[in-house]
Amino acid sequence: MCLAIPGKIRSIEQTEGLIRRAKVVFGSIVKEAYLDMIPQAKEGDYVLVHAGVAINLVNEEEALKTFAHLQAYGGLEDLLPEEGIGG
Amino acid sequence: MKYLKEYRDPELVEKYLQEIEKVTTRPWVLMEFCGGQTHSLVKNGLIQILPEKIRMVHGPGCPVCVTPLGVIDQALQLAFKEDVILCSFGDMLRVPGTEKSLLQAKAEGAEVRFFYSPMEAVQLARDNPHKEVVFFAVGFETTAPANALSVLHARQYGLTNYSLLTSHVLVPPAMRAILEDEESHIDGFLGAGNVCSVMGLEDYAPIVQEYHIPIVVTGFEPVDLLQGILMLIVQLERGEARLENQYSRVVPYEGNPSARAVIAEVFEPTHQEWRGIGVMPGSGLKMRKAFAAYDANVKFGLAPRVIPDSQECIAGEILRGHKKPLDCPHFGKKCTPLNPLGAPMVSSEGACAAYYHLMAEVEGA
Ligand code: SF4
Repeated sequence: MCLAIPGKIRSIEQTEGLIRRAKVVFGSIVKEAYLDMIPQAKEGDYVLVHAGVAINLVNEEEALKTFAHLQAYGGLEDLLPEEGIGG
Repeated sequence: MKYLKEYRDPELVEKYLQEIEKVTTRPWVLMEFCGGQTHSLVKNGLIQILPEKIRMVHGPGCPVCVTPLGVIDQALQLAFKEDVILCSFGDMLRVPGTEKSLLQAKAEGAEVRFFYSPMEAVQLARDNPHKEVVFFAVGFETTAPANALSVLHARQYGLTNYSLLTSHVLVPPAMRAILEDEESHIDGFLGAGNVCSVMGLEDYAPIVQEYHIPIVVTGFEPVDLLQGILMLIVQLERGEARLENQYSRVVPYEGNPSARAVIAEVFEPTHQEWRGIGVMPGSGLKMRKAFAAYDANVKFGLAPRVIPDSQECIAGEILRGHKKPLDCPHFGKKCTPLNPLGAPMVSSEGACAAYYHLMAEVEGA
């Protein structure tokens, strides 16, 4: 659960005060993530997402490389829905 | 055992291995702090292909593994309360408390949910105004921004039914404790890249100075790890101790100042118990008084409980780098991932589980 997963911001949906919610694409999975801590992030940017919150920007090349690594070595379980872990 | 060609960058892996061989003249003990790195080192077979002179010991950087028994029992106690929905990360579900795990509690009818993000728990609280939603917030500095932000969102939504049961741990104070421990003879640290992408490198500079020990902040892919190890060995062989950043393409020196600000707004440092290790000063985060309304400890009047660990499990010695999983007599016998005696067998980032899966692969191959 310590590994942040890089994804691409598809859309920024809503802004309530400081709350910025985005749809972020991780390979074939789309998840909600909050951009509150990266005010400069915009659509098309790559972000490192951890526990549903973007913690930093990352460049595209790095994002794609890291994602491929996580995919190959089983680092994406965190993104799967609850049923995936037998709960 | 991996063959070089199986790596995504076999030439780079080979190049770093050769470099490491070339510069290493003496035995060195290195600790990778982060459980994600342990997982990668073991799973990718790097510990087997490194020169014998280099001994990797595995650090306590697995939040699931170090969450104290007493706190897990508190989570269980809340889960069985009539009006409470207890939520946490999926990694926590099988971690054994004194009597049972959250998964067993769920099977017995407690309301327990597992989420990818605490933000989902905030949404659950909005949808269930008559229930108390408690998020069991464990983790290192990487997870702290999300947990802190969930509280700020709950406040913004005006929620009065959302709270955190925290068990947060911090890397730098734990590094200090390991260095103070006379039985751990660590020559150099691989720092945790993801943690530093939030917190930056600042806190590590004084450790390097005071203990004259090199720290290289490193990513978690095989090539990152090998490069980080090489950077450590080069320093050690030259008698140097510097703070270096192998992962600078992801980790800026200052980390993410907005994330640090959010953490500092909601949390403050506290003496924290680490399962298997004990209490380390300033090594955790608790909620500030201003956020007492969102603090499950305050809200439910939870009494602190320190419960001694099982005598059988040697997790403490493993987490401090004294022993390795294979030194444990219960490894793979009485203790397996489906039936864990101790937390390092539960999480895939735990050292015992990492070795277990590796051995299973080797045997199955
Ligand atoms: S193998 Fe099991 S009992 Fe032994 S140290 Fe690891 S978790 Fe504890």
